[in-house]
Amino acid sequence: MGTVVKLPPQEGATLPKHTYLNNGYGLKSWLLTGDHKRIAILYLISITFFFFIGGAMAGLVRLELLTPMPDLVASDTYNKLFTMHGVIMIFLFLVPSVPAVIGNFVLPIMLGAKDLAFPKINLLSWYLYVFGGIFTLTAMVLGGVDTGWTFTTPLSTHYLNTHVITAALGVFVAGFSSIFTGLNFIVTTHRMRAPGMTWFRLPLFVWSNYAASILMVLGTPVLAIAIVLVALERTIGIGVFDPSRGGDPLLFQHLFWFYSHPAVYIMILPGMGVISEVISTFSRKRVFGYTAVAFSSVAIAVFAFFVWEHHMFIMGVSNYSALVFSLLTMLVAVPSAIKIFNWSATLYKGSITFETPMLYAFGFIGLFTIGGLTGVFLGSLGMDIHLTETYFIVAHFHFVMVGGMLMAYLAGIHFWWPKMTGRMYPESLSKLAAIITFIGFNLTFFPQFVLGYLGMPRRYHAYPPEFQVLNVLSTAGATVLGVGYLLPMLYMTWSLKYGAIAGDNPWQATGLEWQIQSPPITSNFEETPIMDHEAYDYEWLANKTPYEVTSVG
Amino acid sequence: MSHISPVIWQFLEKWLTTFAIFPPEASAIAPYTDALYFFLLLISLAGLAIVAILIVAFSIMYRKEVHPEPTQIEGSTLLEATWTIIPLALFMVCFVWGALLYFRIYNPPTNAMNIYIVGKQWMWKAEHPGGQHEINALHVPINKPVQLTMISQDVFHSFSIPAFRVKREVIPGRYSTVWFEATKPGTYHLFCTQYCGTSHSAMIGDIVVLSQEDYKAWLATSTSGASLAQNGERLFASLSCNACHSGDAAARGPNLASVYGSKVQLANGAFVNADEAFLRESILNPSMHTIAGYAPIMPTYQGQISEEGLIDVVEYIKNLNSNYRVQQTLNTSELAPTQQTVKPGAASGTSSGTAAPSVPGMVK
Amino acid sequence: MDSQITVSNGAATEVASPAHEHPAYLRHHFETVEQQREASSLGMWLFLLTEIMFFGGLFTAYLIYRNWYYPAFVAGSHQLSIVLGTTNTVVLITSSFTMAMGVWSAEMKNKRGLVLALAATFVLGLVFLGIKADEYHEKWEKHHIPGANFSIEEFVHPSSPKEKVLAPDMAEKTQMYFSLYFIMTGMHALHMIIGIAILSVLLVRAIGGAYTSGHMTTIENFGLYWHFVDIVWIFLFPLLYLISRY
Repeated sequence: MGTVVKLPPQEGATLPKHTYLNNGYGLKSWLLTGDHKRIAILYLISITFFFFIGGAMAGLVRLELLTPMPDLVASDTYNKLFTMHGVIMIFLFLVPSVPAVIGNFVLPIMLGAKDLAFPKINLLSWYLYVFGGIFTLTAMVLGGVDTGWTFTTPLSTHYLNTHVITAALGVFVAGFSSIFTGLNFIVTTHRMRAPGMTWFRLPLFVWSNYAASILMVLGTPVLAIAIVLVALERTIGIGVFDPSRGGDPLLFQHLFWFYSHPAVYIMILPGMGVISEVISTFSRKRVFGYTAVAFSSVAIAVFAFFVWEHHMFIMGVSNYSALVFSLLTMLVAVPSAIKIFNWSATLYKGSITFETPMLYAFGFIGLFTIGGLTGVFLGSLGMDIHLTETYFIVAHFHFVMVGGMLMAYLAGIHFWWPKMTGRMYPESLSKLAAIITFIGFNLTFFPQFVLGYLGMPRRYHAYPPEFQVLNVLSTAGATVLGVGYLLPMLYMTWSLKYGAIAGDNPWQATGLEWQIQSPPITSNFEETPIMDHEAYDYEWLANKTPYEVTSVG
Repeated sequence: MSHISPVIWQFLEKWLTTFAIFPPEASAIAPYTDALYFFLLLISLAGLAIVAILIVAFSIMYRKEVHPEPTQIEGSTLLEATWTIIPLALFMVCFVWGALLYFRIYNPPTNAMNIYIVGKQWMWKAEHPGGQHEINALHVPINKPVQLTMISQDVFHSFSIPAFRVKREVIPGRYSTVWFEATKPGTYHLFCTQYCGTSHSAMIGDIVVLSQEDYKAWLATSTSGASLAQNGERLFASLSCNACHSGDAAARGPNLASVYGSKVQLANGAFVNADEAFLRESILNPSMHTIAGYAPIMPTYQGQISEEGLIDVVEYIKNLNSNYRVQQTLNTSELAPTQQTVKPGAASGTSSGTAAPSVPGMVK
Repeated sequence: MDSQITVSNGAATEVASPAHEHPAYLRHHFETVEQQREASSLGMWLFLLTEIMFFGGLFTAYLIYRNWYYPAFVAGSHQLSIVLGTTNTVVLITSSFTMAMGVWSAEMKNKRGLVLALAATFVLGLVFLGIKADEYHEKWEKHHIPGANFSIEEFVHPSSPKEKVLAPDMAEKTQMYFSLYFIMTGMHALHMIIGIAILSVLLVRAIGGAYTSGHMTTIENFGLYWHFVDIVWIFLFPLLYLISRY
């Protein structure tokens, strides 16, 4: 099997003498850092922590669902499990994953900048994330919250006595973390591009994160106000969502979904950015239809704001508004389809190798296509009546979020690992993990489409016995999936000490981040780079003198 | 679907339903939903196949060992246009088809018989106009359109019958409706599909589809003795509604005899259709629904009447309208309970509780 | 943030250590002062955009309920003191003016002018909050704070002959009006309090000579924030105080 990897000779190879990692030791130098790369590492550690908590909850949920009877945990406990799973995975894992870890690390370097525009706000962003996470964990430890991650009123305002406000506060604070990250990215992209770095020379990763940042900045505040209103209604008893006082519970739905639909694009767009980079690098070709892919990211961001009511089609909204939103939902599906085809076309006449990031990227393309197409099922009004609020929805969003986004995140982590740490991860083991993940994922979530059409509702603790076979398949898959996610934890940690020295550009990639040492120095560049070639310019790369590509200090 | 090959389809259906891979098609609309589903599956499989074939084929043909030099390609506007327009066109077909189906499911025919559903944590209450009450179950006759008028007493619930392919949110504070026509006798799942708290998964029940004969028998044996309208008549009196809505020309409140289903003019000049929601809202928020020519003096009954009580009063007012009584008789005359019940004042002859006094508006 | 490390990297060139010829306030990740200024300005505008979206949710709720319960909103609005509301509006607009004078003074490197302007803005901000507190207190006395103590007496039996009598069910909806009144003005007041707190820090720094030696981005950006808070009030005032007044 061919490979594109070119490592420096390992005999006597060491990491560079000065990197951002050894520029200052001690807790204070990390906890008070302004270096975007260190903040990215801080995020990496914290979101991995929350991922495993959220994953443990998912494991317990699937374990309970092995049998039709509610026999593992009490109903209230089960409700708390799936609520915390959703809250942690969405707000504390998926939303920050690519932007806060990978974006924080590589975005400034891709632009040719020394840091993000506002390093202190970047650090604040991480602290807000941590506090949001602590609030959420506190809610868990105090006894849990069982509103569902959607905090539906009037259940969350008047009919539960669990720690709703604590959890809601956690989400509120984490939301500001997201807003500040997005704000930082937008300003950096506008104002800190290196000389010669025009918009259309930017890597597509930047376009995707820019589009996601617009969504973060404009959408998250609406979630904030929705949460504030729920908290006020719970505490001081205003009746904004209470029908007996003239309020309307449907108002909460509108406010909540006005954010939460763009939120799903906040989650997926950065992942799509990763896929662009990976597909390009491992087929040695510029991305097919660069302009189309760039504009489709922005198109997705714009359309994202106009489709929220498709989460409410059966909730008694006017039939005519349902028509409008269904039409718009069909429109928002098109840019994603364009991207899939462009990535596939990038492979044409390329020179393809199958390193681990590429395997994850292929997984993404297949699984996101399925997930996205099932979104069309749900956007089709009459079909949605039967499918909504069932396991079909659960399967749909896990396909796009886990099969799509999480795979993209893993692709990105593997791809930029050598840049972040200076070390390579073990290739055969990582390929195995990727394949295990793919198999486990399909086994877990494909049966859920069938369950959904059968009518099995979401958030059900017990279910009719004839649904058991499919549930058992799903739980079996979850076990395999768990192994697939555990392996990278182990071998990535191993690689920090024992992995091969990577050198500047093990993947022979074209981005600016690959033209500096691995790991980078604190200021990224010794001199401000001048961009004089197009994005994904493999000819330029080939013409660079060899030592510039592979030297280490 | 079944017209492609009835034999194969019957065999597939039976096998699929027993193994719980596919839900039974037990309503008139179910085949239409399934048809749209299979179309969506088809285009999804086609799309997936195209992408998969491209990925696999290119991976094989252009792997590094056989194709070491990549050819840099900028793009192709023609291709971009193609794979924009074709998916868009297909999605538009899905949109139109889905919209037609949606309007079909949420617009009941005029000859539908009405059953009320009240959802509360954590059970379903079904109230037939003839006074039959059910908990976590719903008996319906076969081959007759049935409309459900639903409301929640507390939080959001959702009334879902997968075998009929219908589902609607049950909302606190306002009525929502859905209709279906059952086509196969049997017992089918009823689920609450909107998370509503601790025993959300226990809020399930049975939809029992009976032949029309069996349904008539069931009606007769299950009646509580008083129809909803009769209960409503009692409430109407006990809440002193008749003090103002006495039916006199000079009464303080409008005559309710032919209100239901008509277009009424409000005090602010607007015309509205006086449906169930209007009647319910008028009782709870009278000053926002004052009829033109009348003073806004009606007190509110918010907090003094339950949702079941409201349903009873609404049913009573509906039945004051002789046109409505006639229509319901037409809809359900074949479904009159088989035995005459002994209780005086009980539903006699027609099933829709037409034991209202003969003079509309005059109550004892 | 350390960027003074010189890295010897194989055949790479040595860092030409620029003898710190830039102003002290230029952060090292920026190339020029101009870039830094433009970046912080853009950042501030984006932040204000998020604030617009935040208040937008409240305005949406307000518009919907005002549409549904108009008579109740009229009655509720007439319970607010138009004198105090107008005074507050004038106070806030004046404070925006003094803030703008502050920005001008900073640009002109006029330390005394800046300190006076900031102090005036600070005082006016406190006056606004004081009047607001008085209004809230009045609502408390009249039992118009939503919750257990709320009384609809004033709306079913108005003390002034100019007010329309409301039916009890519509009178109950005045609670919705007051809920929105308190949340919207409360959220606005919270933003004012934060602004005043920051203002006090800026005032102390300005007295020490900051912002009047060429680097006044902070004053500029804070000015933007203050003007934004003012503009929110410009919307709140007519929506809450001026419903159907003649």
